Amino acid sequence: MNKNTKTQELHSNPTTQGAGEQIMNGAHAFMQALIHEGVDTIFGYPGGAIMPVFDALYDYSDKVNHILTRHEQGATHAAQGYARVSGKVGVSLVTSGPAATNAITGIADALLDSTPLIVITGQVSTSLLGTDAFQEIDVVGITQPITKWSYQIRYAKDIAWAVARAFYIARSGRPGPVVLDFTKSAQNEKVNFDYKPCNFIRSYIPVPDIRMDQIEAAVDLINNAEKPYALVGQGVILANAEKALKEFLEKADIPAASTLLGLSAMSTDFRLNKGFLGMHGNVAPNMKTNECDVLIAIGMRFDDRVTGDLNTYAKQAKIIHLDIDQSEIGKNVTVDAPVLGSVADSLPALTKKLKPASHTEWVESFREHDNREHDAVIRKEVYRTEGELTMGEVIHKITEATGNQAIVVTDVGQNQMMAARYFKYSKTRSMVTSGGLGTMGFGIPAAIGAKMGAPERTVCMFAGDGGFQMTIQELGTIMQEQIGVKMIILDNRFLGMVRQWQELFFDERYSFTKMHNPDFVAIAKAYNIDGKLVTKREDLDDAISDMLKDDKPYLLVVEVEQKGMVYPMVPAGTCVTNIIM
Amino acid sequence: METKLYTITVFSENTVGLLNQITVIFTRRGLNIETLSVSPSALKGIHKFTITLLSTQDVVEKVVKQIDKRVDILKAYYNTDEDLVHQELALYKLATDKVLEHGSVEYFIRKYNIRVLEISNDCTVFLKAGHYAETQALFEELSQTIGVLQFIRSGRIAITRSKVERLSDMLEGMRKIQEKKNENRKF
Repeated sequence: MNKNTKTQELHSNPTTQGAGEQIMNGAHAFMQALIHEGVDTIFGYPGGAIMPVFDALYDYSDKVNHILTRHEQGATHAAQGYARVSGKVGVSLVTSGPAATNAITGIADALLDSTPLIVITGQVSTSLLGTDAFQEIDVVGITQPITKWSYQIRYAKDIAWAVARAFYIARSGRPGPVVLDFTKSAQNEKVNFDYKPCNFIRSYIPVPDIRMDQIEAAVDLINNAEKPYALVGQGVILANAEKALKEFLEKADIPAASTLLGLSAMSTDFRLNKGFLGMHGNVAPNMKTNECDVLIAIGMRFDDRVTGDLNTYAKQAKIIHLDIDQSEIGKNVTVDAPVLGSVADSLPALTKKLKPASHTEWVESFREHDNREHDAVIRKEVYRTEGELTMGEVIHKITEATGNQAIVVTDVGQNQMMAARYFKYSKTRSMVTSGGLGTMGFGIPAAIGAKMGAPERTVCMFAGDGGFQMTIQELGTIMQEQIGVKMIILDNRFLGMVRQWQELFFDERYSFTKMHNPDFVAIAKAYNIDGKLVTKREDLDDAISDMLKDDKPYLLVVEVEQKGMVYPMVPAGTCVTNIIM
Repeated sequence: METKLYTITVFSENTVGLLNQITVIFTRRGLNIETLSVSPSALKGIHKFTITLLSTQDVVEKVVKQIDKRVDILKAYYNTDEDLVHQELALYKLATDKVLEHGSVEYFIRKYNIRVLEISNDCTVFLKAGHYAETQALFEELSQTIGVLQFIRSGRIAITRSKVERLSDMLEGMRKIQEKKNENRKF
């Protein structure tokens, strides 16, 4: 075969053969499978072992928008951001070896935060597997502990089956990441392609049926409660059960607070929304955990950043736990009434049987703590009139300027906790953050994905000066695609959260947390992104209006106080009522 | 909580990398697998893992739930010894001249119910099936009398005493779910 015919064959369009079946190479089959699954956006980075798929992608550029990121970690976080705001499966396409290992952080992040994500990694040809071939690494072996499913496609005949199964697994039940490790030989092999979506795997029950005995036991506890209290997690958002949640809470007049990932499931101004839980959460939600008589956990997993010391956590309360994942029930907290199933099923079933109730005094009792927190923390953080700028006031001004309509994306650290505390929501799927894994560098690429997933909405990304520099190269992606994300660096010239712990728990020994930073605005300018540095309070409002005046990318750098602290704080592993302010 | 020996039974699809998916769940919790035995089950295409673990009930319960959660795992459950009929196999390689010197193979057959698998000029191989304590007792007696050249013990295999076969119930349930889904697709 001469070189020309070989090239021709590689590029040849699929030929039709019989009804529903077509002969094509594996790479084309793969692209068609993705299109069958409704994929219209891919975040990726090409390389040797995935080149046939990228070559096929070239033929489908009218159907699939491929965003070239600047690093594979960026591709996975962008796909996560896209999935989190759109509810669709995020897709990331990278090559073998170092590309796959670069993608690992995003895959692990998606597992801990239950994000539907499919990462396709190229792999050396099937005949070379296990020989330490160029850019060969055991991707399935590496990713098994951090995926819902990880599979190597060795032959083109397995493509349709594997892709169908991957999408079913990633999006069904408790969502999560799936890795498809796609050998180059399978990409080039000819195959009779016939696609059937997957909706059943005999070893897998994504959504367990709700059990009426469990519903009744839970209803019985709630109906007899005097001080019921609900903890809202991301499960509500993943199940699209925001309305069902509101009806449930309203019928029995149950105050509720939200985990980090549950934020925006309830709008900020909802009467029964009492705020944010956990280590840097609001005072009342944490205090009331140890005062309520019935604690209703809804699609949340009792993370240690929420519970603090388990031995003193909600010991006075009967605990009801609604979760889709059997392995979460009883994992951290002993549960009195488990309710297994999707909250989309269990919440309406509970609401139907609930007695309408009113707990006015209990609901109002949160206010006393709110006032305390306002005096001790919020007034100083958000409404300061002199001295250095603070993170809280920047976030507060920006959320107000967007009419509380924007999507907030955060990096990790003080910026994240401040955004979680002070950003406000009127729509669901408005908070994108790395909760479980706590990945610094998540912010910029996740914001790119969020803007792609919700182009009509304003996306504000808050990062610290540390995390911003972990994935700063994604400014190139923003430049190339003109993705209108609004980036705000809350610059304290420190790795702020680590510095805070050093101040509180390590005798103010600031070991390697001070940062000498570049001129961020100049860097943005080099990427043709508008930006501004604000160092004075009187310049902040104008800079924010300038940032939000159009839909173009923008970088706002705000110099905030160097030694700012995130308060309140429940120190790690202590009782939730042990709050430093 | 009391630490004791639990037997975990796992039924899985026969796919590459399944064992790794199971063992990482032990690894991340810093748990040691005592014994492990893997083989095809009575049902075609389904593999059975029998794992023993020294632990508390609280831990074994969480581990089993996390194993059961894996997509390719059909069913995972745990039992204590009271619920099980269980067995291990052990092979003992002895020097034939030492065996003859000792004199009585009959003694071992009567006392330990061994089988003799092989006798050659060089070596003699005994097989004993039994619980750990039984195979261990024979090992110790042989070591002290004849001397053991090689010794190998299998992982535990076990079946439950109860009549219920949990896997077939599960598969029946899944078959019904599939039927329901196919019907929904038709209409």
